[in-house]
Amino acid sequence: MTLRPVRAPLPTPVGEGAAEPRRRHPVRLPLTVSLLVLVGALILGIVVGPVHVGVGEIVGTLLHHVPLVRRHTGTPPVDQAIIWQVRAPRVVLAALVGAMLAGGGASYQGVLRNSLADPYLLGVAAGAGLGATIAIIAGGGNSLALPGAAFAGAVVAVTLTYVVSVAGGGQGSGYAIILAGVAVAAMLTAFQTYLQQRHTEEIRQIYMWILGSLSTSSWSDVRLVLPYIAVSLGVLLAHRRILDVLRVGGDEAGALGIHPERTRLIIVGAATLGTAAAVSVSGLIGFVGIIVPHAVRLAAGASYRVVLPVAMVAGAAFLVLADVVARTVQAPTEVPIGVVTALVGAPFFLIVLRSRRSRHGVL
Amino acid sequence: MSSLELVGVTVRYAETVAVRDVSMTAAPGEWLGVIGANGAGKSSLLRAAAHLVPFTGTVAVDGVSLGGLSRRRRAQLVAYVPQQPELPAGMSVLDYTLLGRTPHIAYFGVESAADRRQCRDLLDQLRLADLADRHLATLSGGELQRVVLARALAQDAPVLLLDEPTSALDLGRRVDALELVDELRRSRGLTVVSAMHDLTLAAQFADRLVLVSAGGVVAAGSPAEVLREDLLSTCFGARVRVLTDEDGSLLVVPHRSRSRTR
Repeated sequence: MTLRPVRAPLPTPVGEGAAEPRRRHPVRLPLTVSLLVLVGALILGIVVGPVHVGVGEIVGTLLHHVPLVRRHTGTPPVDQAIIWQVRAPRVVLAALVGAMLAGGGASYQGVLRNSLADPYLLGVAAGAGLGATIAIIAGGGNSLALPGAAFAGAVVAVTLTYVVSVAGGGQGSGYAIILAGVAVAAMLTAFQTYLQQRHTEEIRQIYMWILGSLSTSSWSDVRLVLPYIAVSLGVLLAHRRILDVLRVGGDEAGALGIHPERTRLIIVGAATLGTAAAVSVSGLIGFVGIIVPHAVRLAAGASYRVVLPVAMVAGAAFLVLADVVARTVQAPTEVPIGVVTALVGAPFFLIVLRSRRSRHGVL
Repeated sequence: MSSLELVGVTVRYAETVAVRDVSMTAAPGEWLGVIGANGAGKSSLLRAAAHLVPFTGTVAVDGVSLGGLSRRRRAQLVAYVPQQPELPAGMSVLDYTLLGRTPHIAYFGVESAADRRQCRDLLDQLRLADLADRHLATLSGGELQRVVLARALAQDAPVLLLDEPTSALDLGRRVDALELVDELRRSRGLTVVSAMHDLTLAAQFADRLVLVSAGGVVAAGSPAEVLREDLLSTCFGARVRVLTDEDGSLLVVPHRSRSRTR
């Protein structure tokens, strides 16, 4: 159900003698469809919840907060607070995190030329997990210190990965950096596990953070991560054609006038910074960075000019819907959103894979 | 038309020297064939000429050293086709050809209508127009070879480096591919430097040959000057006969060292 946007369009770029005008904007149809689904998902995300609010009340409340409009609304203050203070920041944050994880995943896969790469691959997850664990143990679990520590942990981990891969003589090449990432992640995870075992009373809190949750989202979280995610997504989108050039490999890209190593560094850096910001407020929501880009590839073709923008929008919609499921199936308690993304995502992915692989020859 | 000049080019990998102090010149519009045994340094030499491996020495186009130019500018002067080009899954022939326009497009830019038109014309010229929207994976070896050539030509570079362009093709497709390169060389005034495996075809297509062995130049000159039985036997470590066909072209034939025993 969740990923309908990327499944529906199917503007097969194969085309039998396709006419020039249709080919010129292969991104338009999938992008339009995924944008429509995102808008639907955002509305659904605000409507669904223990207290019923109507679409009219939502529109009234949102308009009240639009600068310059500031239309007076007849919605009761309590409903307004639920809409504006509780649900709106949550869906917006889910959309930002989803867009970042999917866009970051697609970029990592492109630049490392590895279809199993996800934004957590180079140590982001392990580093953020260690940072969060330290913050929780030190008693800062509920303050601004938690996202700060997770962010710092993620950035330190990826920097470490890069330094190790260069020191290992790989000059930051795709393989060397992945191997270094695996080693760094293993080391940091071991350290995190050790700390966790030493402080059993905080295990539950640590575990909940690792599984990912958006339950405490507020506008301050949105303000905290928005600059990082916006810049990161902007940089990645600007590289969409370069990512297509890199698909022929570093050597040939070099012969076409690109600096593969420098470009790889810029893209990995941008994707990592944005992902670190995203996980710092959401915890480790798995699977989005792999499943969404691949579903988009299978449905709309493998060119990064299509995959990047569509994966960002589809990832946003996917995570908003996953969050709706996470907070409704077992209401009033919440299921960790990472559990939902994996449970819903994996079978859906297998279905898409099965039905499209033969047609596109992708993967 | 442009010349390509290599002066004292040396390529070192960790412990081995792959190319040792090689100097050679391809005159404007000339087809220069580089021949030699496996591991003799043909590919390394071409990769150095394309600035894809670290090397010492100078590579110049029309007397201008490429070392001082940006990568982008170099790619506008020299196009390079590797021995086994990487073929991205799910990419169409037209999109692949458009990658060749990269050195002419701003870093964050996208192809213009003119770029698309130029690539369409190019596909037309290479008899690939009908395949423009097909995925690379669905093409035959001969078609792929032409598509890879189309991408290199889209760079609009006066110098074309080909690393064993025909190694994956059958006999007929080999001749087709080389005829096409020759035709394009004449019509577009390209200077072609290619590593070649098939010595008979090298003799027929290249204007001049350079024979390399153990990283160094052993002989250079016209096919008749370079394709000598003694030189080839030493460099390739096999008995080789060089025969002359009725029309005067050279035929290089390997010979079994032991006679067949029954």
